[in-house]
Amino acid sequence: MDSEKIRNFCIIAHIDHGKSTLADRILEKTKTVAERDMEQQILDNMDLERERGITIKARAVRLNYTAKDGETYIFNLIDTPGHVDFNYEVSRSLAACEGAILIVDASQGIEAQTLANTYLAIEHDLEVVPVVNKIDLPSAQPEKVCQEVEDVIGIPAMDAPRISAKLGTNVEEVLERIVTDIPAPKADTSAPLKALIFDSYYDSYKGVIIYVRVKDGVVKVGDTIHLMATGAEFTVTETGYMTTDRLVNVGELSAGEVGYISASIKSIGDTQVGDTVTLADNPCAEPLAGYRKVNPMVFSGIYPADGAKYGDLRDALEKLQLNDAALSFEPETSVALGFGFRCGFLGLLHMEIIQERLEREYNLDLITTAPSVIYKVTLTDGTVQYIDNPTNYPDPSVLSMAEEPMVKADILVPSEFVGNIMDLCQDRRGTFKDMQYLDDTRVTLKYELPLNEIVYDFFDALKSRTKGYASFDYELIGYAPSKLVKLDILLNGEIVDALSFIVHTDKAYARARKIAEKLKENIPRQLFEVPIQAAIGGKIIARETVKAMRKDVLAKCYGGDITRKKKLLEKQKEGKKRMRQLGTVEVPQEAFMSVLKLDE
Amino acid sequence: MTGIYIHVPFCAKKCPYCAFFSEQYGRKTVDNYVKAVIRNLQLYQVNDTVDTIYFGGGTPSLLTAGQISDILEACSKYLHLYQPEITFEFNPTGKRNTYLHDIHSAGVNRLSIGTQSFSDSQLKLLGRTHSVNDGIRTVETAFQVGFNNISCDLMLALPEQSELILHETLETLVKLPITHVSAYLLQIEEGTPFSQNQDLLARCLDDDQSADRYLQTVHFLEDAGIHQYEVSSFAKKGFESRHNLKYWKCVDYLGIGAGAHSCYMGKRFYVPEDVSQFCDGEHQTEIILSENPYDREERIMLGLRTVEGVPAELVKSQKIPLFQKAGYLRIGENGNISLTAEGFAVSNAVISAMI
Repeated sequence: MDSEKIRNFCIIAHIDHGKSTLADRILEKTKTVAERDMEQQILDNMDLERERGITIKARAVRLNYTAKDGETYIFNLIDTPGHVDFNYEVSRSLAACEGAILIVDASQGIEAQTLANTYLAIEHDLEVVPVVNKIDLPSAQPEKVCQEVEDVIGIPAMDAPRISAKLGTNVEEVLERIVTDIPAPKADTSAPLKALIFDSYYDSYKGVIIYVRVKDGVVKVGDTIHLMATGAEFTVTETGYMTTDRLVNVGELSAGEVGYISASIKSIGDTQVGDTVTLADNPCAEPLAGYRKVNPMVFSGIYPADGAKYGDLRDALEKLQLNDAALSFEPETSVALGFGFRCGFLGLLHMEIIQERLEREYNLDLITTAPSVIYKVTLTDGTVQYIDNPTNYPDPSVLSMAEEPMVKADILVPSEFVGNIMDLCQDRRGTFKDMQYLDDTRVTLKYELPLNEIVYDFFDALKSRTKGYASFDYELIGYAPSKLVKLDILLNGEIVDALSFIVHTDKAYARARKIAEKLKENIPRQLFEVPIQAAIGGKIIARETVKAMRKDVLAKCYGGDITRKKKLLEKQKEGKKRMRQLGTVEVPQEAFMSVLKLDE
Repeated sequence: MTGIYIHVPFCAKKCPYCAFFSEQYGRKTVDNYVKAVIRNLQLYQVNDTVDTIYFGGGTPSLLTAGQISDILEACSKYLHLYQPEITFEFNPTGKRNTYLHDIHSAGVNRLSIGTQSFSDSQLKLLGRTHSVNDGIRTVETAFQVGFNNISCDLMLALPEQSELILHETLETLVKLPITHVSAYLLQIEEGTPFSQNQDLLARCLDDDQSADRYLQTVHFLEDAGIHQYEVSSFAKKGFESRHNLKYWKCVDYLGIGAGAHSCYMGKRFYVPEDVSQFCDGEHQTEIILSENPYDREERIMLGLRTVEGVPAELVKSQKIPLFQKAGYLRIGENGNISLTAEGFAVSNAVISAMI
C-alpha cells in the first residue's frame, strides 16, 4: 500500500459541538455507509452512547475518498469521546493519527474541552484542522469564532471550512482539507515491525482483537508477534481493517495503516493498550513511546446485590477492562456487603457508565459505595500510605499528616455567571488562581480544588448555576495537606463499613446530617426502631431514627381465599432478597445508593 | 368436619372500595345460578360430616328466601349435617323483616351484617347506601325475628376516622344485641374507584393512625366482653365463627359458586369467576392452586392469625425471643406461640420473618 495515500485522523471537539454528526456525514459522503443503512451516531453503537448522546469508546473505521485531484485516498477515522472523564481515550486515539479535525460550534465558540483537546493534539504533534460547525443556527457567528480560534488557541483559522454537519453543508471541503492539510504517515515498510496498540476488545469467537497503528514494517497472517511490554507471543490468524460494522481480513497491514490483529489471544491480561507490537523473529530495537498512562482518580466499591453473582461480576469487569484501560479493580470484602471489588475510575461519569454497562450488558444487580479519591496519609512512625477505601483510613492517634489530591480546574463561563461560579468554588474549598476574559462576554476562571469536592456532582452544580453554559476541564496537580476525618455511619449502634467516608473537618457536620436524613428516607420501617447515627471517632454528630413499623397486616381473607396472603408472603420474601441484613437491620440497596446523591 | 361456603357473586351496586368479584344480575341468571349450586351440592357427594354452611358474597340477600330455603333443603338432602352453624351475609338496606324472618325459618341461624360504621358521614364516604339507623334497625329486627347469633362488620382506618368517630361507632355497636364483630382495616385495592380518588386518598389515615384505630378497637371490644380470637374477628365467649376458624385451623371447606375458594380433600382450588360457565357447566370447574395444602408454611401463616396460635416447635425461629421481648408475641402455657394485638397489626412482617 502506498502510504502517501493514507490519512489517519481523528475528530476532537467539546461535547455537543457535532463530532458524531460530522463523522456520520463523512461516512455518508465517502459512501462507507449506504444511505439506507444510515442511522444517527453510527459510530456510537453502544446503547448508552446513543441514549446519552456521548461517545465513550474510541472507534476506528477505514474509508475511501476520491479527492478533487483524481486520486483515491484511504482515510482512517478515529472517533474520540468528548467528556472530560474520557481524556485518556482521546490521547490514545491521537497517538494513532497524524492530524485532528477540531470542531468548534459557530454559536458557542471555544469551550473548555476545545482547549483541552487541542492542547493534547498539539502535544502529540498532530496537524490541527479547525472546522466551524452549525453555521445553520440563527445564532451562528462563524467569523467571530474563527477569530477566537486564532486568538485563543493560536492556530490559523480564518480559512477554516464553515459547515453544517447536520445539513451536510460544505462537508466536502472538510474531506479535501484532510487530503491537503493532514500529512501522510511517515512509514518505513522495510524496518522491523513496530505497531501501537490503541484499543482492544474481546470477541467471544476470535478472542482478543487488538486495534493497531502500524508505524514501521509489515505484519502478515502467520507471523509470530511479540508484545513488548507483556512479553506475550502469538501467531497472527487475521489482520486487516475495520468498517463500521465488521472486520475485513486482508492478510497484511503495513506501515502507516490503521487496522486490527486477531491472534487467538485468550487472556485479556496479555494485551495492554499502549503496548508495542513487533515480530518475534525480527524485533524492533525500541518500543514506541506509547502515551501517558492514565490513573484512576475515583474509587468505589462495587458489590453484586446477590452474593452468588460475585464470579459473574468479576468476569464482567475483566471483559469491560479489556476495552477500557482506565478501569481498575481488585477484590475487597465488606462486612455489610460481602465480597465485591474496589474499582478505580477516571471520574464520576466513567463510574456511572461502567455501572450501567455492568447492569445492562451483563445483567447484574449492583450495590455501589460512595466514591472516594486516594488520600495520602503519613503515620506517626513515618510510613506513608495511600488510602482508596475509607474503611482503611488510619486511626487519628497514629496519623501525623493527611493529604488529599488537588486539581487545577479551568472553567469557561459567560461573564454574568462569574459570581455564581466563584461562590460554588468557594463552597468547594477552592483557591482562586486566575481570571481572564476570552472576549467581552466570556471568562475563563482558574481554580485549585480538592478532587474530592468535584468527584460527586461538581459538573452538575456548575451547569445548574450557569443555565448549562459553563464548561469545565481539570487535571491532577498533586497532593496538599488537609484536615480530614473519617465519618462512620452506625445503624442500630453498629458501624456499616460500606457507608464510611472521608470528609474535610469543616464539612463533616453538614454531610453527616444529610446522610442520616437520606438514610432515614430510604430505610423502610421495620419491626424494631432503627437508630441511624453518624460518628467521628466515638463521637456521635448526627442522629435520626426510623420508627418501628406499626401496621403491616392483611385484614381480609375473604371466603377462605388465602391466595392474596400467600402472594404477599412470597413478595415479602422476594423483597428480603433485595435487602442487606446488617445485624438486625434490613437495608435496601437504594439506601446505599441514596448517600451518593446528597445534593438532590 | 367440613364447612360449606356458598358464593353469591351478585351485587346491586358495587362498593367503591371493593375489589372482590361480583356481577350485575338478572332474575333468570340468579335462578340458573341457584340450580347450579344445588346440582353441585349433589355432585360432590361430600362424605364428611358438615357442621357449617356460609352464604357469602357479593350479596346473598339478592337470592329470594325461597331460594335460600331450596339450597338449605338440598344441603339436608345431600350432606351429612351435624348441628350446623349457618351464616348469612346481609346488608342493612330497606325494610326486610319478612325476608329475615323467612331465612331464619329456613334454617339460617347466624347473621353477619355489613354495618361497616355507625357514623353517617363515614358511611357516605364508603359509598354505602344505608344509614346508621338502617344498621341499628336491621340488627334489632334480626334479633326480634329470632337470630341470637349476630355479627357486625366494621371498617377501620377509614378516611378521617378520628379516635372520637370510631369511639362513637364502637359505643353504638356494643349496645346492640350482637355476639360477634368482624373489624377490617380499609385497604385501598388497585383498580377500585377508591384507588383513583386522589381527594379521598389524601384524607386516608397513615400507618400509625391506622394502627391506633385497630388497637383502640381491640381494647374497646375486650372491655365490652367481646374478645379478639383472630386478626379481624371478635366474639363473646362461645360465639366464635366456627366456619371462619376452619380457614385458620386448616380444616376442609368446600366452596361452591363462581369465584368460590376451597380447601377440600387434599387440594386448594377455586372456581373461575365466570357466572355463565358455572351455570352452564355440569360440575363446577376447579382450578388447582395447591396439591399439598396445610404444609408448615401454611399452618404457621394461617394459625398465627388466631389467638390460639401454633405450637412453638412448628415455628422453630430464632427470632421468637426477640419478638416476645418486643411485645409482638407470647408463649402460652400449652407451648403455643401466638401474636399479641400489636403483633397482629404487623403480622405480615412478623410471620414472614419467622418462616
